Amino acid sequence: MSLSMSSFTRTSQSRSAADLGQTFGPPATLVLLILVAGISFDNFLGGANLSSVAERSAFVGIIAVGMTYLIISGGIDLAVGSVAALSGVTVARFVESGIHPFAALGLSIAIGAIIGLIQGIAVVRGKLEPFIVTLAGLLSVRGLALLISDEQNIPLPNDGLAKSIGSATLLSVGGYEITVPTLIMLVTFAVGAWVLRRTSFGRSVFAIGDDERSACLLGVKVDRVKLQAYATSGALAALAGGLLAFKLTIGRPFAADAYELQAIGAVVVGGTLLTGGRGTVVGSMFGTLLLVVIQTMINRMGLNAFWQQLVSGLFLLVVVTIQTVLQRKSD
Amino acid sequence: MTNSNPGVTPILEIASIQKRFPGVLALDGVDMRIMPGEARSLIGQNGCGKSTLIKVIAGVHKKDAGSIRVLGQEVDVRSPSHAVDLGISTIHQEVNLIPNRSVAENLFLAREPKLGPFIRQKHVVSEASNLLMQYGLDHIDPKMPLHRLSIALRQMVAIIRAVSQDAQLVIMDEPTSSLEAAEVEQLFSISRQLLREGRSVLFVSHRLDELYEVCTTCTILRDGKLVYDGDLHPMSKNELVATMVGRDSANVDEQATGFRKRPSMGDEPLLKVDNLQSSDLESGTIQVGAGEIVGLAGLLGSGRTEFAEALFGLTKGTRGDGALEGQEALPKSPTEALAQGMALVPEDRREQGILPGQSVRDNLVAAIMPTLTKRGVVDKAEVDRIVEKFVKELGIKLSSVDQPIETLSGGNQQKVILARCLSLDPKILIADEPTRGIDVGAKFEIQSRISDLADDGMAVLLISSELEELLEGTERTVVMHERRSVAELTGDSLTENRLIDMMAGPESSTQ
Repeated sequence: MSLSMSSFTRTSQSRSAADLGQTFGPPATLVLLILVAGISFDNFLGGANLSSVAERSAFVGIIAVGMTYLIISGGIDLAVGSVAALSGVTVARFVESGIHPFAALGLSIAIGAIIGLIQGIAVVRGKLEPFIVTLAGLLSVRGLALLISDEQNIPLPNDGLAKSIGSATLLSVGGYEITVPTLIMLVTFAVGAWVLRRTSFGRSVFAIGDDERSACLLGVKVDRVKLQAYATSGALAALAGGLLAFKLTIGRPFAADAYELQAIGAVVVGGTLLTGGRGTVVGSMFGTLLLVVIQTMINRMGLNAFWQQLVSGLFLLVVVTIQTVLQRKSD
Repeated sequence: MTNSNPGVTPILEIASIQKRFPGVLALDGVDMRIMPGEARSLIGQNGCGKSTLIKVIAGVHKKDAGSIRVLGQEVDVRSPSHAVDLGISTIHQEVNLIPNRSVAENLFLAREPKLGPFIRQKHVVSEASNLLMQYGLDHIDPKMPLHRLSIALRQMVAIIRAVSQDAQLVIMDEPTSSLEAAEVEQLFSISRQLLREGRSVLFVSHRLDELYEVCTTCTILRDGKLVYDGDLHPMSKNELVATMVGRDSANVDEQATGFRKRPSMGDEPLLKVDNLQSSDLESGTIQVGAGEIVGLAGLLGSGRTEFAEALFGLTKGTRGDGALEGQEALPKSPTEALAQGMALVPEDRREQGILPGQSVRDNLVAAIMPTLTKRGVVDKAEVDRIVEKFVKELGIKLSSVDQPIETLSGGNQQKVILARCLSLDPKILIADEPTRGIDVGAKFEIQSRISDLADDGMAVLLISSELEELLEGTERTVVMHERRSVAELTGDSLTENRLIDMMAGPESSTQ
């Protein structure tokens, strides 16, 4: 028994414009922008500038990996900025009380994971909207950070291991430097992409975001996967916040302000659909870098920070419009 | 029964199954036995309990009493995935797979072959190719995203997934309701392959003709009770329907359709369009007179729904001559269409028709609401009067007008939508598949109601994929092919053969 090909497969096997746009749009735009900036501004392509772009991307970038999982699965985590701030504060408190910096970071990451897990439980068991649950997280965790820090900045050592975790240069080639946060970001993106593509956790994330009921009927352990995704997001936010504190040599309760929005922006610019079911970690990396490059370019134009926000916002709008138009055409 | 060989263990044997929902006994002592290699049909009117029975077998609902044996072992089916483990898989009409992931991923989701924590990607793809080849689907690239496949092929992927999970019984729940004839044939040939492999199939369908092609045995339920259990083939279609509705087959013969033969009228067209075009429609020509039911036929994708939508002002940028009587041009938006006295019963009841979570009352008066408010305040008494009138007139079965419409059966939902259209007192009614997927009784009632409306002078445009419905209900039918109206059949030329010829394309016709 063989079936005729003709009428049953709808379109050719070539990838749709939307797919191509999503995969190659962000890196192509990034390369283009860097080239334009390289021509327009002195030393933009130089080691000092690009290394700083990479390092400034690190914190939001690490957060964006967990955010990518959540958005693909149809969820969201608005609490990541607050969790990062809390983590900075707890790292500083732990180090202050004599705990080894690595252990301080590890404990803070565990706290972040637990906060993520609690949010996940509220979403999964309580069947509450992720937006509301994590909005509550955003407010209350920031409050917790203020409480623990007593609304004060807590200093961290400006030397030794603690200082190194935040800013040591690991590799330097002709002025192009890779610092610890940059390396951790790259590793997080690499492992994150690998996990999403090649593990059943990753497959399940896509399946849930695409059609949760079907995924459940197909035997995907929907609740467990969601809990894992929220815990991962919390842990990564805490990692980013801890690194930021070491870099700034200060645990600041007001740190990582609006990082959740930057991370969501980076994920969306990177081609992940807010409606879930589609996206990549690699895209989120390009999205993160794109937003930082745009900010840097505006800085170099001598415009003030308000312009950064305005232009980043408009850029996001343009990207989402293009995505939507391509999506409509291919569906 | 043909398959009651002693010595062979039935794949599934259920006895005295009872299931009670608040206020209803949905299943009342149902028995059923399915042997290896048996294809059994399960039929009955909507609300007879067949969906409940399937859900009990598939682990969605828990039975209240009775026993379920799988291969001789008494079991308690705890969940859908437990049913799959027991070898029972259900294929739903709205294929439960992940549309944006590849065929291979869908086949192996949640049970991927792994090396440590990592999926053996190449292995997944090659295993998927093997499975597809085994069932003659080797033209499908396993890396292709599922959503690029037609519904029919997606169902087949679901079936293959089930089989590769060692399904011994595949339950197909209305698998053909959105398939074209050729696709139905594909589904049947794969079903026959399952049967040859000694697996069993339980087939649920409203399309009785199809059952004869695959099934050998038949279970008929009525009001939650088993009313027939035996061979299918000695039963004629009329006998099946008679058993389902609990009437004499002699009566059913006349009552299989609710349409009445009516004299052709329509000297003065209420709706007249010539060469209507839109982005989805190449050319549509039709006229419908007062008191006339005109049919619109065509295969899926032939443009029949697009034509209706263009008429109703749903499509932007339509061109062509045409107007409703007394108007200068066709409506440019649904609002205008309604104002000009046109009403549409949409094709997709779930997506375009009902507001699922809203009450029957709110659904029914949704269209007429603007006229029922005084300075923004709803005239509740008038709403109640209208709702009561239509519920009675159309025989809508409900426990309360406040219940969410999604809790009604499909037939009753459709009646509410029809009532919504009628509450506007339209001159022209466009009914797109008004009886699709609803039970025989409700179908009869809706058809006879449409006849009444035409008798009262309404112009009705009836779109249907059921040839029988067009032959019985209309005196004149326009056929669409490749987004053009290609023929108008009336009188003696309105026959099943001519319809099929024209739907297949005028060039393929010998004349």
